[in-house]
Amino acid sequence: MQNELLRLIARRLVQLAIVLIVVSFFTFALIRLLPGDPTQTIIPFGRGPFFEHARARLRSDLGLSKGFFAQYWDYLTKLVRLNFGHQYSSGRSVGTLVKQSLPVSLELMIYAQIISLAIAIPLGVLAAYRAGTRTDSVINTTAFGALALPNFVLALLLSFFVGAQLKWLPTGGYAPGWLDPIFNGSVHMDLGQHLRYMVLPAFSLAVGQIAVYMRLLRTDMIATLQENFITLAKAKGLSNARILWRHALRPSSITLLTAAGLSVGTLIGAAVVVEVIFTVPGMGLKIVQAINAREYVELQSYIVIIAVLFVLVNFLVDFLYAVVDPRIRRARAA
Amino acid sequence: MRREELDPHSDGLMADAGLVLPAGVAAGTEGERKSRFGDLSVGAWLAIGWMVFVILVAILAKTHIFTWGDPQAVHAECARKGPFAQDGSAPGRLFGCDSDGRDMVARLALGAWTSLLVSFGAIAFGFIVGGGLGLVAGYFSDKPSRPIAAVAGGVIGAAFGVVAFGVIGAVGLGLSDGLAAVIGGVGGLAAGGYFGYQRGDVDTLITNVFNVMLSVPAIVLALALVAFLQGSEAAGTKAILPDVLILILAIGIVAVPLVGRISRGSALTWSQRDFVLAARAQGAQHGRIMVREVLPNVAPAMFSISLLSIAIAIVAEGTLAILGVGVRPPAPSWGNIIALDRNALFTSPHIVFEASFLIFVTVLALNYLGDVVRARFDVRESGI
Repeated sequence: MQNELLRLIARRLVQLAIVLIVVSFFTFALIRLLPGDPTQTIIPFGRGPFFEHARARLRSDLGLSKGFFAQYWDYLTKLVRLNFGHQYSSGRSVGTLVKQSLPVSLELMIYAQIISLAIAIPLGVLAAYRAGTRTDSVINTTAFGALALPNFVLALLLSFFVGAQLKWLPTGGYAPGWLDPIFNGSVHMDLGQHLRYMVLPAFSLAVGQIAVYMRLLRTDMIATLQENFITLAKAKGLSNARILWRHALRPSSITLLTAAGLSVGTLIGAAVVVEVIFTVPGMGLKIVQAINAREYVELQSYIVIIAVLFVLVNFLVDFLYAVVDPRIRRARAA
Repeated sequence: MRREELDPHSDGLMADAGLVLPAGVAAGTEGERKSRFGDLSVGAWLAIGWMVFVILVAILAKTHIFTWGDPQAVHAECARKGPFAQDGSAPGRLFGCDSDGRDMVARLALGAWTSLLVSFGAIAFGFIVGGGLGLVAGYFSDKPSRPIAAVAGGVIGAAFGVVAFGVIGAVGLGLSDGLAAVIGGVGGLAAGGYFGYQRGDVDTLITNVFNVMLSVPAIVLALALVAFLQGSEAAGTKAILPDVLILILAIGIVAVPLVGRISRGSALTWSQRDFVLAARAQGAQHGRIMVREVLPNVAPAMFSISLLSIAIAIVAEGTLAILGVGVRPPAPSWGNIIALDRNALFTSPHIVFEASFLIFVTVLALNYLGDVVRARFDVRESGI
């Protein structure tokens, strides 16, 4: 067992290294392939000491005096030492920007996951328990509709109706929450305010996931409810609630948990657009601002960071399953 | 997602749909045959009707056979007006106007063309490249395939060789960039080709390429691709390709590994069937078997996936537009109609929500049709 786990870890580390090289080289090459002097392309306007200073710093960030591969090597070694370069318009280091925006995105994704599981599990259990009835078909049809509702449409709808019309919740902005102090030291924190800002973005992210999770759980649960041990539980005279929640839910939830783990990638992507619509200052909003300002150094750092985080999360998910479920451990190591 | 989950079902089902089956597959009996369209539900007909309507409107608007007015013409008196708008409705204009006073019906009609072109184009690209690679990977997963593995290994090896020896040669040995790259490329090609030939395992190579591509979240990858391909107008670096083509490429490239893995899984199960073995025994070449025996069986499953993928691509177009890297104005697309007037959401909600509604209904129709097709061919959802 130890051996299998080690093999799994080794494979993932190799994969992480390959991804790091491919993604970093890809983003690196794209910047260098822009025609002309990159410093003039990236900072096209402006004369005078301020702009010359910015260009000089950009030149040193990019290592332009050296050859192509030497530049890449510089870039890669800086990346490994977590030196991401500077935002040339302000001169701030990209590392600081990442520290500010990463916790915001993480919080948003955690809330979205909690909301979607908290809603999807009862609905899935109910739909399975009442499989084939009117309740089941109403839940299923709603889920089908929710799947066709793009995140940005839902975000716009919530922003308009709940935010602008009913004025229940703010339509944009952010207040620091519990994760920000961990990254940025002491920050003024108002948890109530923080949650008010996060409700609509988190719901916009969650609805699509609810539909996916609900359908998965329903399918597995229907299969579990056919098992002999459920019949036995019924014969013992246990209450329906006890059978559903204590006996049937746990064996039915493996696929659901796998999906929840793998959905982190989907959430990262969806979070980008939701953050933009609600102006939540997470990684997604930063990426879009970097694109609009043509902050290529900043942009390539974000892309590399997200790719690495994504691989790490997938690794973590795999690892947890391997620890939890011996069958998966054997299958994946093979 | 795993290969075991995709299993082809009875041949009778395939015959029911009137598909041309390759030699060796038993056709269903006469009694099982149904007409191709006879038993479709009302919902399916509605979905088909909506898709026909949208595609027709898009084509008419693009070709000017029948137009709903000029999508660029500015009617100042109508600006920001429309149903539910703060400034009141616009008489004579059913859907109102956008914040510049351009007629919404005309813009939505032409926007349909752009959105559909991008999504169909992207998925066509994804299916040709990803589906093709997946087919090869799946077909050869249980057979040695030295020449093809050598080619695949050579390409991958060359790419890594350029990067690896480029860095070693240029930084460590002080060679010029060009020389280091050429040496690395040739060395990598030779080494990769040799190992590919030795192992003969094209499946592992292609699957790993897919896995690396999947390790960047899809929308972030597409975003980066478009951002770089579009260049910067301010800096005078004109984009090399038209916007629509850039979006097709970006979304298409992202679709490649997703489609590829599903196609591989499906091709894998079909390739292990006896009729493939029979064809091989009759002396048919691998290429011929793939195209004539495996592909026709993989196709129905892929057709269902393609409908779902087009829906995803339509959403992707909208998402990229909102992120500021969609089709640039003045050409309208559903996505950039939303993106352009997102600021007017609270005062003129009709602009954003009309385009959103069209996206929603189209995605709903495509998802529904995808489900109908899947139910017919009994394709499992696992691959998506």
